[in-house]
Amino acid sequence: MERLLDVRGITKSFTGLKAVAGVSFGVAPGEIVALIGPNGAGKTTLFNVAAGVYRPDEGQVTLGGERIDGLRPDQVCQAGLGRTFQNARPFAGISVLDNVLVGALRRDGSVRAARKRAEATVERLGLWPKRFEPASTLTLPDRKRLEVARALASSPRILLLDEVMAGLRPTETDQMVALFRELNAQEGLTILLIEHVMRAVMALSRHIVVLHHGEVIKEGAPDEVVRDPAVLECYLGEEAL
Amino acid sequence: MNAPVRTARLRLPRPLLLLGLLGLALLVAPAFVGSYALSVLILILYSAYTGQAWNIMMGFAGQLSLGHALYVGVGAYAAAALFVHYGIGPWAGMWAAMLAAMLAGGLIGYLAFRFGISGVYFALLTIAFAEFTRIGFDHITWIGGSAGYFLPVKQRTSSDLLDLRGAPAMFYYVMLALAALAMAVCKALLSSRTGYYWLAIREDPEAAQALGINTFRYKMIAVVISAAMTSLAGVFFAFYYNNLFPEQVFNIGRSIEIILGPIFGGLGTLFGPIAGAIVLTLLGESLRSATSALGWEVPGLELLIYGACLLLVVMFLPNGIWPPVSRWLGIKSRHLKGGE
Amino acid sequence: MPLDLVVNVAVGGVLTGLVYGLMALGLSVIYGVVRIVNFAHGEMMTVAMYGAVLLYTRLGLDPLLMIVPVGMALFLAGYAIQSLLINPFINRPEHVQFMLVIGIAIIIANGLLIGFGPDARNAPVSYAMDSFSLGPLLLDKVRVYAAGGAFVVAALLFGFFRYARTGKAIRACADNYVGARVVGLDVKRLYALTFGIGTACVGAAGSMLALLVDVTPSLGPSYTLLAFVIVIVGGLGSMAGALFGGVLIGLSEALAGLFFAPSAKSMFSFAILILLLLFRPQGLFGRRA
Repeated sequence: MERLLDVRGITKSFTGLKAVAGVSFGVAPGEIVALIGPNGAGKTTLFNVAAGVYRPDEGQVTLGGERIDGLRPDQVCQAGLGRTFQNARPFAGISVLDNVLVGALRRDGSVRAARKRAEATVERLGLWPKRFEPASTLTLPDRKRLEVARALASSPRILLLDEVMAGLRPTETDQMVALFRELNAQEGLTILLIEHVMRAVMALSRHIVVLHHGEVIKEGAPDEVVRDPAVLECYLGEEAL
Repeated sequence: MNAPVRTARLRLPRPLLLLGLLGLALLVAPAFVGSYALSVLILILYSAYTGQAWNIMMGFAGQLSLGHALYVGVGAYAAAALFVHYGIGPWAGMWAAMLAAMLAGGLIGYLAFRFGISGVYFALLTIAFAEFTRIGFDHITWIGGSAGYFLPVKQRTSSDLLDLRGAPAMFYYVMLALAALAMAVCKALLSSRTGYYWLAIREDPEAAQALGINTFRYKMIAVVISAAMTSLAGVFFAFYYNNLFPEQVFNIGRSIEIILGPIFGGLGTLFGPIAGAIVLTLLGESLRSATSALGWEVPGLELLIYGACLLLVVMFLPNGIWPPVSRWLGIKSRHLKGGE
Repeated sequence: MPLDLVVNVAVGGVLTGLVYGLMALGLSVIYGVVRIVNFAHGEMMTVAMYGAVLLYTRLGLDPLLMIVPVGMALFLAGYAIQSLLINPFINRPEHVQFMLVIGIAIIIANGLLIGFGPDARNAPVSYAMDSFSLGPLLLDKVRVYAAGGAFVVAALLFGFFRYARTGKAIRACADNYVGARVVGLDVKRLYALTFGIGTACVGAAGSMLALLVDVTPSLGPSYTLLAFVIVIVGGLGSMAGALFGGVLIGLSEALAGLFFAPSAKSMFSFAILILLLLFRPQGLFGRRA
């Protein structure tokens, strides 16, 4: 199967500390893949390499066959990779709708067209009643939704979600899961997510990659991975299903 | 029972109405006010214009420039040099002025953004460039050096629009046109893709990048537009005052004067710089009248009060005076920070 | 150009540079700890200079002896400014803090203008024209004394930050704001203390500079800029860097003044600043933030 996102042999160190060592995996178009592992395993570093924030020391990342490693973050976005941040970073001083509009402007040159797309996305994510509120006044779950809406509005081919469920209550988590399922089923949106909330991981992903100390220690179908002794050992203490 | 007939009423939005009234008043002002009041109005328009131009860099793109006098000076000297040495009038000279300012701004922007300089360091860089230029121009005798550069003033009874020689009323209308143009340009920019991207960059440059925004390009655009606009104020300055001294034109005090209006009025808003310019200029002038009426000749008092006002505004009205004023006028403004 | 002249000018520059260094030290301490860009630094220097001049012309007290009183006075002023005006705004965005300090600077500068008038003043001490003779070198007494004073004050400051408990507490704040609070340090008070120490440095430096330069109310901005150039050259947060930077700038200014036009000497400092901001913003001794 053709991979949409192909990560090959990525190594990244910071002043002597190897955060990611020789990591390879892929995400097929229309797939939802989860990247899990204990804190410090290198998951966000990997995201940041893929998203262009860091240049890898070794290895390459391709999106739809084209190399994106070493590109600037805005170039990576233009190539079709959207991402959210671990601590949601809305543009605090402007409205919810305007936030999403900024995202939509990548695709639509005109503000009018972008606004239409933004409105549709805002409604999709359940933020319509709050669309004129300044983003700084949103609650945490809404902030997360805004983060997703904004990235979504830029029409990515693949969406990288960084711990988007963190801090949400179980019902809110289920809502988010349902939303992503819908986006994946209806629009074929490819998703790569970093997650600690196993409830969401099990409900969403078709394939799981486990990272520990910067290396892939296991990957496979959810049921397999969750029972693997090596995974269980490194993952002691995390929320389990 | 018939349903009540709905009468269609033409209702103009409030801001448009107020703006229209203001515009009308400004258009006919010279016919009603004396020459002193006219010069004050010109000063207000000048401050509003430069403040608006500076606001593009700071309020829209979030880059603090404390050396904007550089662009005023560069524009002024460019146009003046062309006029004095080659007889080229200001309408052609202004293009040279804008080009020169864009180069200067482009250089500063390029150096700053390529090398990742922002915040304090960026502000210092802008100051350094302005100071460097100030001292440099003191030594360029081709345009007068520290002794000053003088434009020929011809006594004319009628106004010469082509060479910008003439009555205050002519200068008033030129400045009014410039200010109106600045407003229009800013409004267009704010509602454009560039405007939204600037907002995003100002709020969170990294998040902006993650949405496909080339922050370097858009910051450069802001700097270059701001510089070009400011240079036109310089051209006006040269032809209105007819003398240029590097010590005065590039002075850091001038740069500070430029930023007072927008900070006082409200960063990032369309009317903030204008509100700020009006209030501060009127404040300054009334102070001056009051002190001379009382027979006090106190140089520095005006600026002292400015400083105190600045302090008070920063402390108690961090978003400037425009937000509360606009609320009082019943106008809702977009792009304000916080829960406005 | 006779070598004697060059060497004399160079040494004079180094000595003046030490005084500049002390002034910059104050700025470095303030920025290193409180993270405030003190645009009013030069204005405070000017206040100190006027203070020293007044004390000399009215009471006949030598500016060198006035280092301590003037320093103390400025310490109190700085402490007050930080506690009353700046501390409440410590969490606001950078440009808001800038404006606050610029407002203070404008008030001080124009207050001085109103109080003292625009004419230059100085402190013509009896030994103003004397010099020490050291072989081929002819060193102005005022410069030597001033440099000596600057060195002593700087050394005291080093000692304070290294050995005194409060000094170490301040350094802790600089390194880790949250950690310091967790450990129970009264950060706001320490900030005020630090600002006071910074302005005290400026006060001492100003007192000495009054011996070397004439003072006018508009001196502020150029000294603020000078302090910044030095601090950036030496490295923000590095005390040794501030002194070294001061000496370097003093030297380059003196030599530039000699070889080119005296009025162009600041251009050199700005050129150095620009180059440093671009290629080594952490300065010669600073750590990468």
